[in-house]
Formats: sequence, C-alpha cells, structure tokens
Amino acid sequence: MKIVVCVSHVPDTATKIKIASDLKSIEQNGVSFILNPYDEFAIEEALKTKEKVGGEVIVLSVGSDSNKETIRKALAMGVDEGVHIKCDAQIDSFNVAKALSDEIKNLGAELVFMGKQSVDYDNGIVGSLTAAMLDYSIATVCVAFELNDNSITVEREIEGGREVVHMTLPAVITTQKGLNEPRYASLKGIMAAKKKTISEKVYSPIPNQVDLVEMKNPQPKNPGRIIGTDASAVPELVKLLKEEAKVF
Amino acid sequence: MANKILVFLEQRDGIIKKGSLEAASKAVELSGSLNSEVSGIIIGNEISNLDDIKKVGVKEVSIYKNSELTNYSSSAYSQILIDAVKGEGANYIILSNTSLGRDLAPLVSVKLEAGLVVDAVSLSVENENLLITRPVYAGKALEVVKITTDVKVVSLRPNVFKAEFTDNSELSIKTNDVSSPNLSTKVTEIKKSEGKLDVAEADIIVSGGRGLKEAQNFSLIENLAETLGAAVGASRAVVDAGWRPHREQVGQTGKTVSPTLYIACGISGAIQHLAGMSSSKYIVAINKDKDAPIFSVADYGIAGDLFEILPVLTEEIKKVKE
Repeated sequence: MKIVVCVSHVPDTATKIKIASDLKSIEQNGVSFILNPYDEFAIEEALKTKEKVGGEVIVLSVGSDSNKETIRKALAMGVDEGVHIKCDAQIDSFNVAKALSDEIKNLGAELVFMGKQSVDYDNGIVGSLTAAMLDYSIATVCVAFELNDNSITVEREIEGGREVVHMTLPAVITTQKGLNEPRYASLKGIMAAKKKTISEKVYSPIPNQVDLVEMKNPQPKNPGRIIGTDASAVPELVKLLKEEAKVF
Repeated sequence: MANKILVFLEQRDGIIKKGSLEAASKAVELSGSLNSEVSGIIIGNEISNLDDIKKVGVKEVSIYKNSELTNYSSSAYSQILIDAVKGEGANYIILSNTSLGRDLAPLVSVKLEAGLVVDAVSLSVENENLLITRPVYAGKALEVVKITTDVKVVSLRPNVFKAEFTDNSELSIKTNDVSSPNLSTKVTEIKKSEGKLDVAEADIIVSGGRGLKEAQNFSLIENLAETLGAAVGASRAVVDAGWRPHREQVGQTGKTVSPTLYIACGISGAIQHLAGMSSSKYIVAINKDKDAPIFSVADYGIAGDLFEILPVLTEEIKKVKE
C-alpha cells in the first residue's frame, strides 16, 4: 500500500516568538526549526503500518527550501522517499491542503497520516480539509489506529474520553500524542537518509480564503503579587478568590 | 444584502453544549452589526435543554433527528449541515471549537467553498466585515484575520465568550426526520475517562507539576479540584514521566486553556506551559521557588511548600463553600 505522511517545519516550542516589523510574520533570526512534534506520531504510525501490510511510505511537506531539513528527518526515521512541495508565499490552510491533496491524488496513496495540528498556527484543520478535497474518510486527533484489509478502527480523543470510530479506506488520519512511541533516527538511518530521493514539485497557490490583517502580542498579564510564603497566607488567598476573582 | 447566520448547536447525550450556547449568544450579539438573522441547527435525537437556546436569544432552530445521529458521524453530520446551509442560504456558519467542531468545520467549508477560521477568541465587525482574532504559537502571539469568501465558517474557543441571557420568549422549532444518514464513518462507542471534567472545558483547573515529587501525591491536587468542582491538569514533565495521562496536559503540546481560575501547584512555568494557560482570567501559583517564571503570570502567588499549603487551602475553601 502507498502511505503518505505529511509533515510541517515549525519553530521549536521552546522558542520565544517575536513579531517582525511587517506585523505579518515572526522574527526568524535565532529561531531554530523542528519537525512538528505531532507529526512524529504520524511518521511512526505510517512506518508501523508499512511493516504490517507492506508497501512504501512517502513524506510530503509544503513550504520553502528549509522544509527539506524536516523531510530529511522523516527519511532518517525510515520513510522511503520525500516530496518537497515548494511554495514560498504565505498561504492559508486551504492552500496547504490543496497542495497536499493534489500530490496525494497524483501518487494514488490510499492512507494519509499527519499530526493533529502544527504547533505554529495551531489550526488543526489541514487533515479534514485534505480529506474533504479527496473525498476520503477522516478521523482527527487519533490515539489508537487499527487497519484490517479495507476497514479502519480508530479512537479519537474527545472532551472527557475517547470515541471509537469505524470507517474505510481511503482515509486521512491525524495523530495525537499517546498513539505510539516514535522511534529515534539511528545513525544508520541518518546515513541512509542522505541517499534517499527528495523530489521537488512547485505549487502555485490560489488566492487565500483567509487574509492575515496583522499579528499582535497578547495582552501582558499585570504583574501579580506574592501574598505569603506558607499556609498562613491561605485565608488571604481564599478571600481574594472570593472577593476579587469571585469564583465562589 | 441581508446576511444569515447559522449556528451549529452541538449536543452530547441530548444536551446542547455550553460552548455552543456561548457561540449562539455571540452570533445574536453580532447580528445587528452584520445586518443578519440568526438561526440554529441541531443534529441528534432528543434534546433536553432547548430552553437554553431560547434564553441566549435564538428565535429559530431546526433539529435534524435520527436515533443513529446521537453520536457524531463526520460523514452524516457534514452532509446534513452542508444541505442545511444551502437550503437556508446562510452565509455565516458559527460553531464551538470543540473536538467535534474542529473535525466537522473543515469538511463543511471545503464543500461550500467557504473560508474557515477556527479557535477565535475575539470577534469584531468593521463596516460589515468580520475581524477575527485567534491565538497562534499556543498563545505566544495573536493573529487578526478576515475571510474573503462569500460564505464564512468560524469556530469560537469554548469558555472565552459568555452566554448572555436575554428575555427572548419565542423559539420556533422545526423538526426534520433524517431517513437514512450517511454513516460510512461512524462512532460505535464512547469510552468515558475517569476524571469527570476535561481541562479544555473546565471553568476552574487545578494543575500539578514536578513539585509534587511523586505520582501518588497528585491526590492533593485531586482533593482540591474536587472541592472546587475543577478539572485536574498537569505539566508536560509529569505527563512525560507517566504520572498523569496526556489528556490532562496543559501547554503547547497539550491543551491551550482559558478558564476563569487556574491554580498551578509545583509548576515552575516552562515557556510552553505559560503559553498554554496564561490567558486564564485568574492565575494562582503555589511554588517553593519564589523566582519561578510561573509567578510572572500569576495574579496571586504563595512562594511556599505545597505539601503544607494545599491541604489547608482545600479545607478553607470547603468552609467557604458550605
């Protein structure tokens, strides 16, 4: 089976975010980029599925040339080949999904994994958008996945529990922490990744459906106060919660 | 041209969710400046709190009924919603950004060729244009965006907007029996987790971190949470250590939350954690280290030993609540 895994190239979560002077992007200087953490679970599940049913795993990533570093990381974990879908413009989720779905159609892949959201724009919608464009089944935020011939059973994380969902191939699955333990890239994997192919496609975006007006800093929290250093401060705290915060 | 807003009212176990009432209330509030009418749509079976919909000011609701629609089905729900939007000629679709909302909204937006913005924390109207503010980088920054397509889909973060009650006394209910919903994707079972409340929906969260020293000491957190009717949250460190399940994790690789009150106990405040909770309305920090970054976002802090403070705090709150 042809399995596709889609990955994002995102600022490290430990990074401080500074808005650039154009008010439409972030300062890139000094920011290190990583493979989107949720995509690691997608890669692992794609590899596990290939180990079970055979076939090949192809990684896709939409963005500028630096996305190749992240594609390389997926290859080092064991993915067979990569496609860099080149697009330097600032595009919305709809365009990202369109770029991905065009290539998934082109490859004829039946099963697609990607992280439940990328930790930059936090939309969490590219999976469902891609599935809708391809008319594939969709399950988002999955913490369990099982494939039997044509049929899929997943568990989705929902408020206060999990939903067990049945569906059939072709399908898009978005992955959540807890689904699996992503493998580390071995030294051998890293060396092998250097010889694997990354082909390049160019994506010409359609006009964005969502326009960015500006980026802003969140309102700074007023500096609070330390009201004590031991349990004797508790009555004061309870009084503040009751009278100022009015929580009970 | 008059606009039409359709609010998707999400039910679970036959009860319209609080987040959906918040979304409906906001839609009613914006309807004047958007020159629009508001109606609601429910997909499910029996609904027990229709009165709440009336209270937030919605005057018209359509219920799409079938016993098979009690649980979510992305294939069935999306088809029904798409047909309803087309039938009613709605050009704004408003949802709550729940796990269901986030799964469903994109499916609808593709088929309606509608631009989609999820997780809004603020909405305003300028010259009949809707400006949407949403957090990015887990709240380290905000973006203001607008949708350029004719039909627009927007989801609102739960717990941020308030459901305002009005004196609306009319609610016309149209019931549609759905004969054969498309159940190609189907929920067959819901496994409820042990904790009663989910951090993403809770009004109060009591969170614990490494400062608790051992997994079993989380009973201190659980006791305080129970007293407050709060959800239990956790830092990434204790989730990675296997003390707590991932569903409780607050922060950039967990959940981003905005409760009325967030009590952080034994959490130093890594940048990823602060990003996920600093939009809470009130923050209390209890931590031994007075220089811990968590105090920089806390409204009230106690720089002391949580093992001594938490039991006293739980008792004091019990007294106040009696």
